[in-house]
Amino acid sequence: MIKKFKEIYAYREMIFSLVKRDLKGRYKGSILGFLWTFINPLLQLAVYTMVFSTIMRSGIEDYYLFLFVALIPWIFFSTSVAGGAGCIWSQQEMVKKIYFPREVLPISFVTSQFVNMLLCFIVIFLVLIVSGKGLNPAAILCLPIIMIVEYILALGIALIVSAVTVYIRDLEYILGIITMAWQFLSPVMYSIEQVPEQLHGIFNLNPMSHVIVAYRDILYYGKIPEIQTLLNATILGVVLLILGGLVFNSLQKHFAEEL
Amino acid sequence: MEEQYAIKVDNITKKFKIYYDKGKTLKEKVLFSKRRNYEERIVLDGISFKVKKGEAIGLIGHNGCGKSTTLKMLSRIMYPDSGSIEMNGRVSSLIELGAGFHPDMSGKENIYINASIFGLTKKEIDKRLKDIIEFSELEEFIDNPVRTYSSGMYMRLAFSVAINVDADILLIDEILAVGDANFQAKCFNRLREIKATGVTIILVTHDTDTVERFCDEAIWINEGKIIKAGRSDKVTDAYLNFMNDKKIEVLEREEQRKIDEKENKKNEKIESTSADADNDHDISQNSDDNKPEEIDYSANRFGLKYIEITKAEIINSKGQVTNVLKADENIKFIIYYKVNKPLKEYNFGIGFYNLDGVCIYGNNTQIDRIQVANIEDTGSIIFEVSELPLLSGRYILNVAVVDIDGTPMDFYRNYCTFDVVSKDRSQGCVSIRHKWITGN
Repeated sequence: MIKKFKEIYAYREMIFSLVKRDLKGRYKGSILGFLWTFINPLLQLAVYTMVFSTIMRSGIEDYYLFLFVALIPWIFFSTSVAGGAGCIWSQQEMVKKIYFPREVLPISFVTSQFVNMLLCFIVIFLVLIVSGKGLNPAAILCLPIIMIVEYILALGIALIVSAVTVYIRDLEYILGIITMAWQFLSPVMYSIEQVPEQLHGIFNLNPMSHVIVAYRDILYYGKIPEIQTLLNATILGVVLLILGGLVFNSLQKHFAEEL
Repeated sequence: MEEQYAIKVDNITKKFKIYYDKGKTLKEKVLFSKRRNYEERIVLDGISFKVKKGEAIGLIGHNGCGKSTTLKMLSRIMYPDSGSIEMNGRVSSLIELGAGFHPDMSGKENIYINASIFGLTKKEIDKRLKDIIEFSELEEFIDNPVRTYSSGMYMRLAFSVAINVDADILLIDEILAVGDANFQAKCFNRLREIKATGVTIILVTHDTDTVERFCDEAIWINEGKIIKAGRSDKVTDAYLNFMNDKKIEVLEREEQRKIDEKENKKNEKIESTSADADNDHDISQNSDDNKPEEIDYSANRFGLKYIEITKAEIINSKGQVTNVLKADENIKFIIYYKVNKPLKEYNFGIGFYNLDGVCIYGNNTQIDRIQVANIEDTGSIIFEVSELPLLSGRYILNVAVVDIDGTPMDFYRNYCTFDVVSKDRSQGCVSIRHKWITGN
């Protein structure tokens, strides 16, 4: 275990380069280039604002903000899971020909999505300030914690699905539907209070419920999230990461043959 | 592990499942899980060897013998089914060049990506950057995107990164055939330098020259087993002999197939033309009668046909008719003839040509002062050699019979081709017994 960590640490430059390559290469060839990283969420926000403040009015105040602060973290998570599934398959030439700790691939994929989310947060902060909602500095201090927890969670699942996808290609496509269903089962578009009491048990098992609730507490309500929420999310995240690491490690031995 | 060994491979085996129809999708996996429509192929069957520190070892063998799989095990891309591998030191494998290159990024950025995949940290890359760029000879282009590079430049950059990665053990797979001759020489020099610093090198190739020039020892793998290991020149010789025998087999099979095809065609022809065969026959006889005295010297076969060559055969030392010869075996060339109009004396000749039409050797009974007279109406004459000092390659056989003044009776150019397989690896056509004397 410690040996593995050491090895991955030794390959940290590979993770950095792959993340850099992904971020830089993503919008290469387009006229606006890297600006798309910011334009994309801004345009999304514009659509939500239009739809939810004029057409589909919901009872929640500033619903577009309510949705936006949860949606950006959710997109990070769902892309990491659904997109991350193919991250080893798509690099098969490398996997078949070169040795490196295979964990590097899901780690860099998730990290690159994470960096993307961080950049989107610049937009979130701007919007929160411009809209007059403001930021609570004490709550913002909790933001890195929940981000790290979400990162761990996303990585744990990405490790599992990326390894399994090597053996069963279909998983990548099934995951598109699964993440969609998962989104509706997480309080992204609604608040946890709207969920019937008897379903709370199931919602508590969903690690993303806690994560989304925490994000919304910090950004939308401007308050420090409850310790219980953070703790639940952290425990579930760590468990998933360990599980992911174990599954990945036992599956990775035959990658080169299966690809 | 004893300190002196860099690599210790102990009895490793590996099986691959070869699927006839691979069930890749979930549906197929679930529904057909019982239907085992694959065969297990043993790729490695108990390979063991040790490599001393600072040694260069060549793994040789023909395609699919398991040498590349062995290398993949050493580099930990694959894992053996049983047995163990111990590696002592940092391993770097040059199996794939240019891994992770992004076409839109500059040469320099790609150096960082590529080198990082080999496990280098930023600091280590910074330190090597100058060397890498210098070695690639791409100074002016290093800030241009890689997609603007020619394929030669691309490979040069990739190789420069790979070869500047520090390692205790370097694994190399068939990648030295990159770039122009100059760059290749440079790569080899660099590899020699690396070797001189005490790096252990494993080289997989089927180029035996490279192995002989570069490696101290060689291991010959065939069908997943080590056939021979030891000093590289001895192993490559054994391997080449084996490959020669194999080549003969293949060529003979090919020849047989051609003959079969020809016969099939002939049979078909006979069947299809049997209806009007009688007419044809008349015409051809007429033409023969009309112009018997004219000789067309440009034709493949020409002559007055007073005596006719009916067939020529090549017989190897086992007494078989063949077109594939081993240079060091006893060979008979037999010319069968039929006399139409007896002459006082005959002169039989034979000639070997290369494919460019250059005469390699020519001889006839007159040159050798053999009198051939009073022969039967049908018979044969044999040209026997105890060994054929030709180098490996394809040759053309000419056979001829002329009268004593040299008037062609039946001169048959390009009668057939034959292949020679020789152990002599010299260049040209002829094998010359020789030795080199050095020291003065």
